[in-house]
Amino acid sequence: MTRRVVITGIGVRAPGGLGTKAFWELIAAGATATRPISLFDASGFRSQVAGECDFDPDFEGLSPRQQRRLDRATQFSVVCARDAIEDSGLDPGQLDPATLGVTIGSAVGAATSLEREYLVLSDSGRHWVMNEDHLSPHMFDYLVPSAMPREVAWEIGAEGPVTMVSTGCTSGIDAVGYAVDLVRSGTVAAMIAGASDTPVSPIVAACFDAIKATTPRLDEPERASRPFDASRNGFVLAEGAAMFVVEEYEHARKRGAEIYAEVAGYATRCNAYHMTGLRVDGVEMAEAIDVALAQARMRPDELDYVNAHGSGTKQNDRHETAAFKRSLGDHAYRVPVSSIKSMVGHSLGAIGSIEIAASALAITHGVVPPTANLHEPDPECDLDYVPLEAREARLDNVLTVGSGFGGFQSAMALRAVS
Amino acid sequence: MSESAQVVGMGVAAPSGLSVEDHWAAVLAGRTSIGPVTGFDASGYPVRLAGQIRDFDAEAHLPKRLLPQSDRVTRLALVTAATALAGADVADGDLDSFDQGVVFANAQGGSAFTHREFRKLWTKGPAEVSVYESFAWFYAVNTGQVSIRHGMRGPCGALVAEQAGGLDAISLARRRIREGARLMVTGGFDSAFDPWGFLAQSAHGRLSRAADPRRAYRPFDRAVNGYVPGEGGAVLVLEAGSSARRRDAPSHGEIAGHAATFDPRPGSGRPSTLRRAIELAMADAGVSTVDVVFADSAGVPELDRIEAAAIEDVFGRRGVPVTAPKAGFGRLGAGGGPVDVLTALLSIRDSVIPPTPHTTDVPDDYGLDLVLDAPRHQRVETALVLARGYGGFNSALVVRGNAKEGQDG
Amino acid sequence: MSKLTIEELFQALVESAGEAETGVTPSDSLDVPFADIGYDSLALMETAARITQRTGVTVDDQQLIEAETPRQLLDLLNTAMSGQP
Repeated sequence: MTRRVVITGIGVRAPGGLGTKAFWELIAAGATATRPISLFDASGFRSQVAGECDFDPDFEGLSPRQQRRLDRATQFSVVCARDAIEDSGLDPGQLDPATLGVTIGSAVGAATSLEREYLVLSDSGRHWVMNEDHLSPHMFDYLVPSAMPREVAWEIGAEGPVTMVSTGCTSGIDAVGYAVDLVRSGTVAAMIAGASDTPVSPIVAACFDAIKATTPRLDEPERASRPFDASRNGFVLAEGAAMFVVEEYEHARKRGAEIYAEVAGYATRCNAYHMTGLRVDGVEMAEAIDVALAQARMRPDELDYVNAHGSGTKQNDRHETAAFKRSLGDHAYRVPVSSIKSMVGHSLGAIGSIEIAASALAITHGVVPPTANLHEPDPECDLDYVPLEAREARLDNVLTVGSGFGGFQSAMALRAVS
Repeated sequence: MSESAQVVGMGVAAPSGLSVEDHWAAVLAGRTSIGPVTGFDASGYPVRLAGQIRDFDAEAHLPKRLLPQSDRVTRLALVTAATALAGADVADGDLDSFDQGVVFANAQGGSAFTHREFRKLWTKGPAEVSVYESFAWFYAVNTGQVSIRHGMRGPCGALVAEQAGGLDAISLARRRIREGARLMVTGGFDSAFDPWGFLAQSAHGRLSRAADPRRAYRPFDRAVNGYVPGEGGAVLVLEAGSSARRRDAPSHGEIAGHAATFDPRPGSGRPSTLRRAIELAMADAGVSTVDVVFADSAGVPELDRIEAAAIEDVFGRRGVPVTAPKAGFGRLGAGGGPVDVLTALLSIRDSVIPPTPHTTDVPDDYGLDLVLDAPRHQRVETALVLARGYGGFNSALVVRGNAKEGQDG
Repeated sequence: MSKLTIEELFQALVESAGEAETGVTPSDSLDVPFADIGYDSLALMETAARITQRTGVTVDDQQLIEAETPRQLLDLLNTAMSGQP
């Protein structure tokens, strides 16, 4: 008998209000949290808006030493993991540490700290060969970001499998998928899994400026992220994190845990086409969806909601729409599809986990979060994207998908547990 | 019945050699491939020695369009993957593209490329940053580029767990085979010997500051004083046993078992979990002992002692031959584990255990039968490979030759 | 400012994005789609960015993405250059 895997705890830090409750209230209200970049001086950059978190490490209970040592994305990971554990009611002290693991996804790891330390070591770029006197003792942790899952494992006392999954913008789905595999196979009883990225920094902004992937829109920053809208012209860079307690069903049931949803299916595929480009037919994303649904024993017409990647680039939204039609057939036109990136932006590797959180909360609340800023759909994006306002609906079966550089396409199917 | 993961192709790019046979010859000879770091003036740096690849000519092996968009680490991965796949002899059309995937580990991103782009950004402005920085830097770049070059649309992945990540990646590829993929390209690569990457690697204080390449990295030696970082890695082409049998593909051996554990926070008073990783990996492989252990060999006294104790606990005092060929070429980060797996498969092929260069004086209380000085000729059917990543990551993997069992499906 | 020639455009493409090795020579390429010459949109963006650095000439992002052949890109760049003071 296959072991079932469920989500029993959620911790989120996303733009527009910190904590899982604030996150859900924001997206259920269709409110947006994109704003002019304040984390660095973005004048001179093509794109100058972002989804930023007003993250206060003191308020979050991080020690001075943790604040000094840990990269911002790692700090996000630690506080989200604490929240997820508390939310799940799991007491790690009661578990055999060997049966508890950690998997964290991140696209760019400790990019923020790398850039800060680069400026110190090179004297703002003046020196190619550097002076070791200015070397931070924590620099190795920024170069090699597996410090992120390590820190969470230390925090909760996990001694099972611990790793980082870094598949660019599908990291947040793939990290949870990795954890689900380990729980299902019986390797562990529970995993802390999720993703974190804090890329609102000059070097990452410059990367996306160069390939014109982020929006150059300067007016109306709160309306900058416009997935599926005819006027969309790029995504809005963001930061954030979401962590989960992913647990074997019987284990959760025996301890009387509340269950958000079952992770019923997961698959990832790559397009073998281009590092940044997408084939218009969406065939590889469709393949990932088909495999995830088959694993979940879910028929396409049973889906009640699709949480889209919906980044708001011209090519993504069409690619994804094609993939939904290919996988779901006529049901693609009936099922509500929405992109929360319209509200919280695109936090690269983290967003996949934030979207899993949105999907699980949607099931719990019986509410489909909307696509904000969608006033005039692109004629080539002709599905029901739930414009502007959330909808109440009973959600039993939900699909969430991600797509990213490297050609990676991932899909995860969630099911309500009665 | 679950599929076995057969190794049907392999390639290596390491300081010890750019082909399987060159690497094997260097390793058997116990040759030193460590030297003063080149490419910039490191005379002001505390660490001077590295295991660098000397004669890698990317231009000779890669389409010119790939060069401006790739860091050295990606070029190493691309060239090595092509060699490994050629060895696997998979013809176009043999396998569906959705049945072939790629999983690599990488821990340091595209360091040299990124260093150049950081400098451009901060000295000239954002408009100067290359369009290729958006992916040449990130940890998944090798997976993406290899999948594109070889038209593989199946399950893909990229893991970061410092030195342990390479074995975790091979294990993930094996899991995908068991789920139904027919061919997985896997392994790991790292390279960070630009002035910034090299300095960053030294920040944790575990690198050897010695000046003599023959005395810099002596794992398990009483006089051990750190390790030497290296660059490169290996690619293994895994194929489902049934698929390999159907197309009569010869196998170098099987990825038979794996486990990963994590050490408790320093100061917690709890013991290392390395022993448990070894036991779980052997249980997964269904073996009660192995013929050789390829040790992680951290080169840090406390960590060497922990590893020696774990091996002694499982196999008994001097109960199994142990070796560390990496003493000759350095710790390769994400590439280290895969290179050891490849070397272990060659040990099985040729019935010989390569030596541990440089180490001479192993404390008796380690209880280790460390293969020193010269190769040891003996039958090798199973090998255990250990890799530990900075921070507490333990990964253990068992490979098995298939001389007798053949390729079970 | 003098006009950019097809040879100069090719040189910029090779420097920015690498030689395409498709065997298409500059003189035969004016109306060959970039995809057939071996260059994608990233290659064009990188090349345009480097030309901008050298000459100060900027082209509209959308027009750049829509340029399908060397002739169209040259027209775009040369029109922009002639508009420079």
